[in-house]
Amino acid sequence: MAELVYDWVILLASWGLILGGSAFVMIGAFGMLRFPDFWSRLHAASVSESAGMLLLIAGMALQSGWTLVTFKLVFIALLVFITGPTSTHAVANAALVSGLRPRDDVDGVEGAFPDLEAEP
Amino acid sequence: MINHHHLILRVVTKLLVGAIILFAFYVQFHGDFSPGGGFQAGVLMAAAFIIYGLVFGLDKTQEVLPPWVVHKLSALGVLIYSGTGVWSMMLGYPFLDYGAFDPGHPSHGQHTGILAVEAGVGLTVAAVMVTIYYGFGARYPHISDEDW
Repeated sequence: MAELVYDWVILLASWGLILGGSAFVMIGAFGMLRFPDFWSRLHAASVSESAGMLLLIAGMALQSGWTLVTFKLVFIALLVFITGPTSTHAVANAALVSGLRPRDDVDGVEGAFPDLEAEP
Repeated sequence: MINHHHLILRVVTKLLVGAIILFAFYVQFHGDFSPGGGFQAGVLMAAAFIIYGLVFGLDKTQEVLPPWVVHKLSALGVLIYSGTGVWSMMLGYPFLDYGAFDPGHPSHGQHTGILAVEAGVGLTVAAVMVTIYYGFGARYPHISDEDW
């Protein structure tokens, strides 16, 4: 009886994590499609993907239990957790250096962002 | 003064290059039990050197792996591959018949032979990929850090 309850708790927790991660990834995909400019799209893509990836891998690790698969999943999570934000940083850095600036006319507010060209 | 513009990329690359090389060796030598083998491992090994070259510059990469060494390695891989085949011929078996290496237990001989052949394939693939990267990377003057 106790084992059955334990199995069901693990199953429900893992599917909760997997569905939550899928929701994050879906929201990120909608943000990529619907946001107005490069910077907000990058934000939608990177932040929600990291969260969704962690939740999905946690859910899959719960499904596979204490096995080699879980060990490999932890390594994949570490790798993606390091490389994802790094690649986002590289893309944003290249865009900033090549002259792309965030829109500063959102909601009719002029000069909402500081002038990045000016020397401090 | 040191330019810190690429600091994040450099730190992360230093972290990852070792892991990529280790994974390349895993794919190389675990290839007969799981997906993988010489071709994939060679490309992974080359990717480690290419990502190092992209982030730290071609000069630093060529200090570690000079072009003449890469050229010799790409030939050495083919030599290992065909040498395995010629060796089995010298033992009186057909070309690349790995059973020759352990006539009592042909499956053991096949294990040895496939390891040797895959080592040659991996070496050549990695060396040729790095050579192609050197060929493209050396064509233009490098972008100095001040240009960013």
